[in-house]
Amino acid sequence: MSGAEIGLAVSVFLACAVEAVEALTIVLAVGTTRSWSSAMSGVAAATLALAVIVAALGPALTSLPIGVLRVVVGGLLLIFGLQWLRKAILRSAGLKAKHDELETFREESEAARALGGKPAGFDGYAFAISFKGVLLEGLEVAFIVLTFGANQNRVALAAAAAAAAVLVVIAAGIAARAPLARVPENTMKFAVGVMLSSFGMFWGAEGAGASWPGGDAALLGLIPGVLVAANIIVWMLRRSIPVSGVEEPASAEAPRLTGVDA
Amino acid sequence: MSRVQAFVLGVWDFVVGDDWLTALGVVLALGLTAVIAKASVAAWWVMPLAVLVLLVLSIRRAARGATRNG
Repeated sequence: MSGAEIGLAVSVFLACAVEAVEALTIVLAVGTTRSWSSAMSGVAAATLALAVIVAALGPALTSLPIGVLRVVVGGLLLIFGLQWLRKAILRSAGLKAKHDELETFREESEAARALGGKPAGFDGYAFAISFKGVLLEGLEVAFIVLTFGANQNRVALAAAAAAAAVLVVIAAGIAARAPLARVPENTMKFAVGVMLSSFGMFWGAEGAGASWPGGDAALLGLIPGVLVAANIIVWMLRRSIPVSGVEEPASAEAPRLTGVDA
Repeated sequence: MSRVQAFVLGVWDFVVGDDWLTALGVVLALGLTAVIAKASVAAWWVMPLAVLVLLVLSIRRAARGATRNG
């Protein structure tokens, strides 16, 4: 397996694991408060929809000329990667609230309970919430699987990495029988943002006609370079946060501000 | 809002997200890379430089919003 393929597998695995943790929380909430069978039906339907999207768009993407594919995919990955990285940097610096799986679980469970008694048969609410949760969290992963996979002509490898991440998260969820609140989501999102941004600029520049010094080995400089730059930005942000504008930290984590975009 | 409009808005939101300036910057940087590469001049440096600038500007905008809201 080449370095680029390892990068593909790691990026897809981490991105998928993060989204799977968030989807698991929603499914657990409606499953425990409403109906497990209906919630799992929603999961199955959403998984099928995502598989159809990947199967339909994968061949279409791989049929594009490699130059066009690289500049389009590189640009899209870079836009995605910078979004992930920006949010992860803001969370690391304490300027954005970290994702709290226990809080999400509590909110989803309360919303489900507020609807009243459980129906005896099929529960449309549990199905719809599970379906929506898995589909929305999964779309971003499907997009990453498609773009990463198509660019290296390894959609199957990307899909396998995504499937492995889902299986790991499901196994962890079954073992814990609770939302996976201890998963270092922001660290994983940070890593995904670094990888998507690095691969995005590498492929985008190549697609636009540039040649990287050292060819594929340039990624060995780009990935640590983005990581270092992002950490320097976090460090500078932490130093520049005005004390008066910061709430007391809720835990040992960095201080956090509220009212930032979700 | 029609279904087509809703779909287009959804795709825009999914791809571009909440920072369209960064997305525009990426497109412009790729265009600049293509122009420089076409002139047979080394163009690999454009994207790393653009990413650094875009990331810093995007964080600055978000951080200002955060401190205003905080």
